[in-house]
Amino acid sequence: MEKITFDQLQEELFYEKLENGLDVYILPKAGFNKTYATFTTKYGSIDDHFLPPGKEESVKVPDGIAHFLEHKLFEKEDGDVFQQFSKQGASANAFTSFTRTAYLFSSTSNVEKNLETLIDFVQEPYFTEKTVEKEKGIIGQEITMYDDNPDWRLYFGLIQNMYKNHPVKIDIAGTIDSISHITKDMLYECYHTFYHPSNMLLFIVGPIEPNQIMNLVKDNQGKKEYSELPEIKRLFEEEPTVVAEEKQVLQMNVQTSKCLVGIKAKNVNQSGEEMLKMELCINVMLDILFGKSSDHYSLLYNEGLIDDSFSYDYTQEAGFGFAMVGGDTDDPDRLADSLKSILLKGKENGVITNESLERTKKKKIGAFLRAINSPEYIANQFTRYAFNEMNLFDVVPTLEGITLEDIEVAANELLSEDRFTVCQVVPKR
Amino acid sequence: MDLLTESVKSMNGYKLHIVNTDKYKTNTIVWKMKAPLNKESVTFRALLPYVLQSNSESYPTTGKLRTYLDELYGATLFVDLAKKGEYHIISFSMEVANEKFLADSSALLKKAFQFLAEILTKPNVQGESFEKETVEKEKRTLKQRIQSVFDDKMRYSNFRLIQEMCEEEPYSLHVHGDKDSVDQITAENLYQYYKNALSQDELDLYVIGDVDEKEVESFAHELLQFEDRKPQSISYLNYSRKNNVHEVKEEQDVKQGKLNIGYRTNVVYGDEDYYALQVFNGIFGGFSHSKLFINVREKASLAYYASSRLESHKGLMMVMSGIENKNYDQAISIINAQMEAMKNGDFTDDELVQTKAVIKNQLLETIDTARGIVEILYHNVVSKKDVTINDWMEKMDSTSKDEIVAVASKVTLDTIYFLTGKEEK
Repeated sequence: MEKITFDQLQEELFYEKLENGLDVYILPKAGFNKTYATFTTKYGSIDDHFLPPGKEESVKVPDGIAHFLEHKLFEKEDGDVFQQFSKQGASANAFTSFTRTAYLFSSTSNVEKNLETLIDFVQEPYFTEKTVEKEKGIIGQEITMYDDNPDWRLYFGLIQNMYKNHPVKIDIAGTIDSISHITKDMLYECYHTFYHPSNMLLFIVGPIEPNQIMNLVKDNQGKKEYSELPEIKRLFEEEPTVVAEEKQVLQMNVQTSKCLVGIKAKNVNQSGEEMLKMELCINVMLDILFGKSSDHYSLLYNEGLIDDSFSYDYTQEAGFGFAMVGGDTDDPDRLADSLKSILLKGKENGVITNESLERTKKKKIGAFLRAINSPEYIANQFTRYAFNEMNLFDVVPTLEGITLEDIEVAANELLSEDRFTVCQVVPKR
Repeated sequence: MDLLTESVKSMNGYKLHIVNTDKYKTNTIVWKMKAPLNKESVTFRALLPYVLQSNSESYPTTGKLRTYLDELYGATLFVDLAKKGEYHIISFSMEVANEKFLADSSALLKKAFQFLAEILTKPNVQGESFEKETVEKEKRTLKQRIQSVFDDKMRYSNFRLIQEMCEEEPYSLHVHGDKDSVDQITAENLYQYYKNALSQDELDLYVIGDVDEKEVESFAHELLQFEDRKPQSISYLNYSRKNNVHEVKEEQDVKQGKLNIGYRTNVVYGDEDYYALQVFNGIFGGFSHSKLFINVREKASLAYYASSRLESHKGLMMVMSGIENKNYDQAISIINAQMEAMKNGDFTDDELVQTKAVIKNQLLETIDTARGIVEILYHNVVSKKDVTINDWMEKMDSTSKDEIVAVASKVTLDTIYFLTGKEEK
């Protein structure tokens, strides 16, 4: 077991790669009641076209299958795993993103039992035609719930504008029609492709003794047989760098309009340090341009173009990336124009100053300390970083090293007019 | 061992609560102002904290104020509003890095204290009035905030249930106030209201983190001084619907129907049977092993979510679920059957043990966050009780099946609200 120490933060991280390829991380947090563990596979909604291990032909699976699989793993022959966890005083959950499916529990007692339950239920799939059919009703209602949610529609509308071919544009849960085609055999095929330990990461954080926990995990894995998994082949169509649509307006049952401006990232083949730096640079730039201390924020707020729902964010993963800025507004067209022009000017010399850079770095460092108070944040983000070959604990040193030139390079790469798009939700007439 | 110890000190006009812990990389300061909910003041109170946090005497613009926070290593300041029973509570929360984790260690906690004191006691004032432009801007944002409830159908239907159910009670008021009253607020009358609130509200200051208590006390003493007061309190009002169940259907352009059901529990925080009520709610609908989740979702596949929660200081229990419009009758009958089962003691020892374990887990998890600690401790301020978290867990844990059945008999169905999609023709 490897031990990595972070002196300034007073944290210690323990790591081991098991024989079957599983990455296990343990972060002891003294003083906390709660232990939080996530068991995550590098498999999300975008992985809909792939070559199953040992097969010659690729398969294309229905939209929403990764999420469907997440739901179905909880059900076993003798009932559902939620019951098991709650008997052991834990609460369990799961989520599917574009690139990951994570299973998790948190508990303040029976930690070892809960950890075994987590690992075992994820590693023992049980699907039948009958339970697959039943789940279609539940997920159907989940999809319908999001259909009525204007913020979700706005977010996905914006991504759909950006991407022509990439499956990131497809709603994570799929549609009622697409999930109707899912069968138990398809679920098994996806499961056997993506749920091999070598494609997974286990993170445990809490008031725990690392050796004891690591031994438990090793014993558990030692009892299970896994044959070596050939490299997973995920297939993606070519994606143009320009956006698919420049604008989309959705009419919904709302009283206030909403507007998001998005920018599609150009270089999406980064990973590791390069990706971390790019991501931090863009986030710092957005903070300087749109943070509450910025002139632009005051201006937009004073003009009544934004309110406290205003936000901005940058997402980057292997194969896709985008920035988005916006919120509720009375004048979606004027807001879109203002945001675009602020962003394009952000490239110009002198808009971003050394002073604002240094201040934003301080702000980000404070935000990082706040974030690592949270076991959830550490486990979830550490996993995301690791899947992209980055290290969560490199955030502060990398931030500290960012120069004005770095921001300029990143801004020049991101900000180009043909990669801008706008999505709006407006009240139905 | 005590899981959570607060030291409480009476200061001038308020109480200072300190929880000393080295769990966090940051220190948290929360300022709470509590007053009875009423129609006349609710919108003033909804606007006031947003005006105060937008600028101040020394930081006369939002840009300047927020720049200063950035320089304090991104100290956060945010305000929020809550209803607890028939009280309206304003909170100002600050979180600031503990300097021991920073290479350059300046006195961040003291600076955060000074800043909070500035926001509370030195607003941007011209004579006997707040700065007018600020008030106008914040009025506009408040209207948008009130209006935004309409666009989130889950929040909207929850709000509508309360409005229908508690029609005659202050609790029906929205936490962000009333849109039509916003225009009657001026920079002058809001300033008057501010002075009233600071002299009459019940005030509490919480500090959570790895701090020196003496030091915190001296900051508080030096920076925050108010007149003594006798806070207004409301005696517990027992409303109940004497006639039939109130049933409301509202039609809107939505794909998914929202079913919200309100019950009177006739039990509030601190009552002897409050702990049994918590377990009752847990078995009935509080968790993913509960009767509602199992029967509405897992067995009948009617919904993605089906749960219940308590409003502890008001004595209400609310069920919420999203269903297809055509499944209304089926969903109601399943939910009613679960309530009947609870009243008849039709639940197993396993369900009982399981629920207690999960509630215990939830409480312990809540006090892992600084904000959770404040919320748990503040229950005692609102209820004027003195329940420690150890008491809470022990009493909850020792609840018997008979006690749960007894508390179940107090729970009465009051209002069913259904937001339904328009019939397709």
